[in-house]
Amino acid sequence: MSLDYENDREFHEQVIEDVLETYPEKTRKRRKKHLNVVSEGDSDCGVKSNIKSMPGVMTVRGCAYAGSKGVVWGPIKDMVHISHGPVGCGHYSWGQRRNYYTGETGINTFAAMQFTSDFQERDIVFGGDKKLRELIDEIETLFPLTKGVTIQSECPVGLIGDDIEAVAKDKGKALDKPVVPVRCEGFRGVSQSLGHHIANDTIRDWIFDREKPSDLEDPDAGFEPSPYDVVVIGDYNIGGDCWASRKILEEVGLRVIAQWTGDTSLAELERAPKAKLNLIHCYRSMNYISRHMEEKYGTPWMEFNFFGPSKIETSLRAIAENFDDTIKENVEKVIAKYRPLADEVIEKYRPRLEGKKVMLYVGGLRPRHMVSAYEDLGMEIVGAGYEFAHKDDYQRTMSHVKDGTLIFDDVTAYEMEKFIERIRPDLVGSGIKEKYPIQKMGVPFRQVHSWDYSGPYHAYDGFAIFAKDMDLAINNPVWGKFKAPWVEA
Amino acid sequence: MPQSVEKLKDHVKLFHEPEYADMLRDKRENFECPHPEDTVREISEWSKTEEYQEKNLARKSLVVNPAKACQPLGAVFAASGFEGTLSFVHGSQGCVAYYRSHLSRHFKEPASAVSSSMTEDAAVFGGLNNMIDGLANAHSLYEPKMIAVSTTCMAEVIGDDLNAFIATSKEKGSVPQDFPVPFAHTPAFQGSHVNGYDNMLKGILTNFWEQAERTPGTAINIIPGFDGFCVGNNRELKRILDLMDVEATIVADPSDVYDTPSDGEFRMYDGGTTIEETKAALNAKATLSLQEYCTKKTLAYASGKDQETASLHYPMGVEATDEMLMKISELSGKPIPDELVLERGRLVDAMTDSMSIAHGKTFAVFGDPDFVYGMCRYLMEMGAEPRHALATNGTKPWAKKMKALLESNPYGQKCEVWQGKDLWHMRSLLNTAPVDFLIGSSHGKYLERDTGTPLIRLSFPIFDRHHHHRFPTWGYQGGLQVLVRILDKILDTVDDDTNEAGVTDISFDLTR
Repeated sequence: MSLDYENDREFHEQVIEDVLETYPEKTRKRRKKHLNVVSEGDSDCGVKSNIKSMPGVMTVRGCAYAGSKGVVWGPIKDMVHISHGPVGCGHYSWGQRRNYYTGETGINTFAAMQFTSDFQERDIVFGGDKKLRELIDEIETLFPLTKGVTIQSECPVGLIGDDIEAVAKDKGKALDKPVVPVRCEGFRGVSQSLGHHIANDTIRDWIFDREKPSDLEDPDAGFEPSPYDVVVIGDYNIGGDCWASRKILEEVGLRVIAQWTGDTSLAELERAPKAKLNLIHCYRSMNYISRHMEEKYGTPWMEFNFFGPSKIETSLRAIAENFDDTIKENVEKVIAKYRPLADEVIEKYRPRLEGKKVMLYVGGLRPRHMVSAYEDLGMEIVGAGYEFAHKDDYQRTMSHVKDGTLIFDDVTAYEMEKFIERIRPDLVGSGIKEKYPIQKMGVPFRQVHSWDYSGPYHAYDGFAIFAKDMDLAINNPVWGKFKAPWVEA
Repeated sequence: MPQSVEKLKDHVKLFHEPEYADMLRDKRENFECPHPEDTVREISEWSKTEEYQEKNLARKSLVVNPAKACQPLGAVFAASGFEGTLSFVHGSQGCVAYYRSHLSRHFKEPASAVSSSMTEDAAVFGGLNNMIDGLANAHSLYEPKMIAVSTTCMAEVIGDDLNAFIATSKEKGSVPQDFPVPFAHTPAFQGSHVNGYDNMLKGILTNFWEQAERTPGTAINIIPGFDGFCVGNNRELKRILDLMDVEATIVADPSDVYDTPSDGEFRMYDGGTTIEETKAALNAKATLSLQEYCTKKTLAYASGKDQETASLHYPMGVEATDEMLMKISELSGKPIPDELVLERGRLVDAMTDSMSIAHGKTFAVFGDPDFVYGMCRYLMEMGAEPRHALATNGTKPWAKKMKALLESNPYGQKCEVWQGKDLWHMRSLLNTAPVDFLIGSSHGKYLERDTGTPLIRLSFPIFDRHHHHRFPTWGYQGGLQVLVRILDKILDTVDDDTNEAGVTDISFDLTR
């Protein structure tokens, strides 16, 4: 369903103008290009994107390492991912992303662990390659069931001239396992985004194109292709998202031969090119490898959206278009099966959420992908922005937002605070760094990277949880307690 | 259908439902090429053996689940203890996103800091322009009273010179000439967050003290150190100082900025040691550190300014609090008031009442060096026995001091000190030489799961339990909190072991 509303264009334009006033001139000119109010019919949101953050402004962005280790590679559960460099990067990203998986951690799966080379001064001075070789051997000794190793480079590795590729080649041969060097040093690129790209490229070069030693287990062994084989790409299984999606995809008769990357095994990486269709949820972080699979293996790909019943239905039907009538019929059955659940959710929560205004500031996908789920609950999007989106994301956003919506790219903490102060949305969806300042301002908030330790939010099972969480965030009685009764407003 | 509006299930229960359990089993069997179950079981069992431990302890290069962070985190924490101070971390921007997230996840509070957002070109040409623009932007947007500059490892590797960069930035008008911009080089490849704390603190003091003339006074400075319980502890410390009527400055006090109210206003800055107090701290008679290993350089600097210096190791429990009070009394010349003697008596009373519960129980403790020292000392006061004392960021002198503490006490005889070891080492230790309880941070929950050792969360970071840091663990009142946390865990465990109706519930006692 599509809600009919528009946002207050003039007011939003004024807000942008006022917010920019405080900046020093050079920064004002630059930031101006990242803020806009959209007009219906435009081809994109009219903001610059994917360019360097200004120093000192408190950008929310992370780095290439976060995009590679944190997002794309980290959830490959049966490989060990080495945070190669000093201890911090691996420490702060340890166990924080909630990409759920099954397995015995430390024995046959390793995702919620922190493996690091813990660089010391001598490693900076003399180089870390020798240490890297030694620690890969130590991983082999202590974690013999690991299916492979990735080397997630931190800043110093790229600055001191280490040759991790050489180490990876040698060790890969010696161990008969993939050893993948990833050049995701944090100073590369302008955000997490380049890290996604680099990680995608290393999957291509070091997994797909790997010369498999003859004695390695054959990923084709025991694998019988079917006409219904699909891969879900760009679903990181936050709080179990991908499982909720997988469940309905299987119900319509498709066979999910791989999930990328959440609860992912090396075998699923290796076998993905055998799919008939790649289904992409997070376009931003994994379009690269999908395009590659299309070029090299002829696998078509399509974007889909499992946030909220409207988009789930549209997406299921669009997916079915790629298959035979059995799947098309099944899709209708599945939609019919789950519609009562979706209706009940809406019946219960919509009256409590109707007309509430939402502002979203997330990574590269959710500010557009989640819009319809909010609208299913009668909520309206007043502002949306991305940390690390590119132009094609802002183009894709246009079909999701209404006239007059405030758009902000790589927003600064200052801008965010001012926007919220002026617009006073009923709910903000963003990350942990934004959560507490915004809540203190008296504005309800949900983390929409980690689902605020809840989830899943994808598919029908997830939509019920999503609705419940938005309701509790907005309607919790604590919002009425901010002022002491004897203190005048 | 596992989901319904009436009985809504989230991730905690949803995936235990048969539809999901079957789906995940099929996924595993059909698509994951898993190792055979027997092999997994075999390796799992092997990982608990002496043989595995030997290989594990022989590791030279690989570090797994270390209980330490990097220097700039400590620098950001230290700077947050000063009034109106914004941390500016020079280097790659992702690091700052990490420090902010890390601190917010622990304190459940905002954590503000900016980055100079250096990218590939800055790696080649240096980050001077990033510093110039960054200081100007930070100054005009966030209106701090002071900007404290530290570094990520990127800036350290390329050798950016903070002193020169800040001077140039001031010349270019990024901030006024007299605006305080203290700095510290905080390379992530040396030491850990406790050293970053030390370096930043020394940097801030140097900024205000170096050109100033010292007029020796009677006040004392107290440095709390890097402490996840700073909110509760620093307030308790202030209460004690008020009771003693001591003229004291807490140097770096983030207890307010990490505990601001929800009343409609976001305070980016709140409380903290004022700039005037920081300047005046040069005149103090003495500087007392409550965590020696967080303040080595800072104390040496204070000592070089002719101040008396002394240091403690996380004043938790009776003796450590006695020692702290006596030291403060000695340095300030103020007596310890009766009220504190009464509080002491109440803590001792509580320990007496409950002695049978903790006595003889065995513990493993991990965390920052001073915490581990203080915690083990307090455990031994209860008649409990520390068996493993582990600090990934412990130094050799720390290990020596730990050993001396343990050897001096009958309850410490069986304790081993693990300096520089990580939590994967601890996993082996808990498997081969099990203990009754584990004390540490949230990262210990993996050890609790893998080895069945119940975890008591008493050190930084605590992500998966809320608000404990708002209560003190220092002083006699803090000692009481810690005692209760430990007793609760022990007694919950006893109840858990005796709560199956008609089977194990013979001693499911009402009174314990």
